[in-house]
Amino acid sequence: MQRSWRHRFHLPAVIGTIPMILVAVGVFVIGIGFSLLWSFTSSKLFPSYDFVGLAQYRRLWADNRWLVSVNNIWFFGLMSIACNMVFGYLLAVFMDQRIRQEDLFRSIFLYPFAMSLIVTGLVWQWVLDPNLGLQAAMRNLGWSSFSFAPLVDANTAIYALVVAGIWQGSGVTMAILLAGLRGVDEEIWKAARVDGIPTWRTHVSIVAPMMKGAFATAFVLQCVGVVRVYDLVIAMTGGGPGIATSMPAVYVIQLITVRQNVGQGMAAATMMLVPVLVVLAFSGLVLWRRKRRQEAAT
Amino acid sequence: MRYRVLTAALAATAALQFACPANAADLEVIHWWTSKGESAAVSQFAKALDNDGHGDKWVDSAIALGETARSTVMQRVLGGDPPAAAQFNPGRQYEELISGGKLLDLTDIATAGKWDQVIRPKAIGSACLVDGHWWCVPVNIHSNYWAWYSKPVFAKAGVPEPKSLADFIAAAPKIKEAGLIPFAIGGDGNGWQIQLLFQDMVTEALGVAKRDEMYTKKSAEIAGGPEMKGVFTQLRTLKQFTDNGYANRNWNDTTNLVITGKAGLQVMGDWARGEFAAAGMTGVKDFGCMIGLNEAKPVVSTDGDIIVFFKQNNPDVEAAQKRLAALLISPEVQVAFNNAKGSMPVRGDVDMSTADPCMQKSLKAVEDPANIVTATNRFITENTNQQLNELVAQFFADDSMTADDATAKFATIIGNSD
Repeated sequence: MQRSWRHRFHLPAVIGTIPMILVAVGVFVIGIGFSLLWSFTSSKLFPSYDFVGLAQYRRLWADNRWLVSVNNIWFFGLMSIACNMVFGYLLAVFMDQRIRQEDLFRSIFLYPFAMSLIVTGLVWQWVLDPNLGLQAAMRNLGWSSFSFAPLVDANTAIYALVVAGIWQGSGVTMAILLAGLRGVDEEIWKAARVDGIPTWRTHVSIVAPMMKGAFATAFVLQCVGVVRVYDLVIAMTGGGPGIATSMPAVYVIQLITVRQNVGQGMAAATMMLVPVLVVLAFSGLVLWRRKRRQEAAT
Repeated sequence: MRYRVLTAALAATAALQFACPANAADLEVIHWWTSKGESAAVSQFAKALDNDGHGDKWVDSAIALGETARSTVMQRVLGGDPPAAAQFNPGRQYEELISGGKLLDLTDIATAGKWDQVIRPKAIGSACLVDGHWWCVPVNIHSNYWAWYSKPVFAKAGVPEPKSLADFIAAAPKIKEAGLIPFAIGGDGNGWQIQLLFQDMVTEALGVAKRDEMYTKKSAEIAGGPEMKGVFTQLRTLKQFTDNGYANRNWNDTTNLVITGKAGLQVMGDWARGEFAAAGMTGVKDFGCMIGLNEAKPVVSTDGDIIVFFKQNNPDVEAAQKRLAALLISPEVQVAFNNAKGSMPVRGDVDMSTADPCMQKSLKAVEDPANIVTATNRFITENTNQQLNELVAQFFADDSMTADDATAKFATIIGNSD
């Protein structure tokens, strides 16, 4: 506890992080500050400082499209994160069987993540378009009653987005979890085998808990991806049919650029920040408590 | 002696270089004229500016989809890098650009060109003439009140060609039986095509006077009335006559369904006529046009396009912008542009004898002020416009939403509009 200030803050380290600090303060803190500020104003196309209290928030929560967007993000988020983690883990286990051509498979599974969502989203849109893609192809082959057009139906479009989200996200989850699996000591597997524990049991009760870090990393990455999901929706459905696949990020951009309603757009952006802050506060609390416990133990 | 000649020659070339292009400028114009007929039309503007004798150059920035193009312009303005000129629809889309002092005042060339006298009807000029200053150039009159149909499709289904929307709805089941798409529509860009249809139906159902009252007084009472419920019910009826590929289709692909004889009828503004013309079709034997949703009551709306010019802080560029503004409204350019575009010229003193039968209909209708419908954009902001897009598109896509529900939501949006 006797460490001096100089020991805690190494000069080169401080100098090295100055650009990062400037960017973080300049872009994030000031940017978020202005978002918050303008969300209390009546700004339309140009930002103004005519404060109207919570009026923009009231209008936001009365807007049908925002409510649909919020529902969609929950559905999309829960479905795609759950499926991504499960598929990613299964793929990682599969890759860990010392299969041949592992590099090839890893490239194939990671490929969707490496490509621009605008491009892959457009390809998905074409494949699912009833007049161009799968349905038209099957009908041309002679199966005239074949019907498969999830994107054009307001009830099914969100499922198509979830599937595309899984296709895109499970590869990177696999890569992270595979690294985690490889980090598990071979001796543990041997010991489990000697004790006659079935493989699935070893996975669930021993290996998975040891990979807590890898799971947490993959989970946080997925969450961040879900909150800001934008390009996938724009490329595949444009938020439609109607407003059936609108998402908060799509809503915010629409409000600010197209609807020329900066005030309400900023209110929506601020609302998007709330769940992120809650998660950050929770993880901060957990870390702080763990640290206190460690300090108490020593 | 030899040097003197050389010096003179050098001086001459230098002088030439400065004499001509000293005040020439490249003007970037952002617009959303990207379909075949539209790009044929806009190339008339580009040609006129490139040959204006001052060495100016048209720099074309075409961005597909109106709402995307408009938002790009707004972001460029906010970022302090506005284009020289940009397209908007006449109405309230650019009111904040005027009040924010972003636009170049065109009053001097408007006075010189007597715009207040040559532009007809007066409602077209009033979109640009705000507080005694001219802030934009109206370049055409488009009417949103049109339906286009394929004569071969109606012949194949064995039904008479429609004279009203009601006729069409009666004939649609027969067209469906014949294995064709009765009603062509597209749902791209937040559903603006569906709202265009919807607005036509609103005017038809409420009548012009009551409709104008609803928008000017923001009357939730009229907006929630029985006529509006009728409109939503009819919209649901029309939906069953569409194909399921409509969701992301743009307007010109939709028109193409009618052009190629795959679909029966499309409700779209008269820019669709430019697509038929670009496909080499005339309105006599290949396709028919229905003015308004009822031929017995022809209407023409004061929709269309205007061009705004942004302040540039460079006198040379501003002089070139004013040259372009004057060119856009000159009689020759108006005829060439509007014939390709399918729209009416904004001035009545030009020769439109080459216009096809469909345009002759609207040129006749525009003579009577009782037939003129004020464009919806004049009443509502882009914010309200997009809310209506969303409501109508949601209703069209989601069969579980009832007409009562939609009418109530429509009344809320109109009542809260600003």
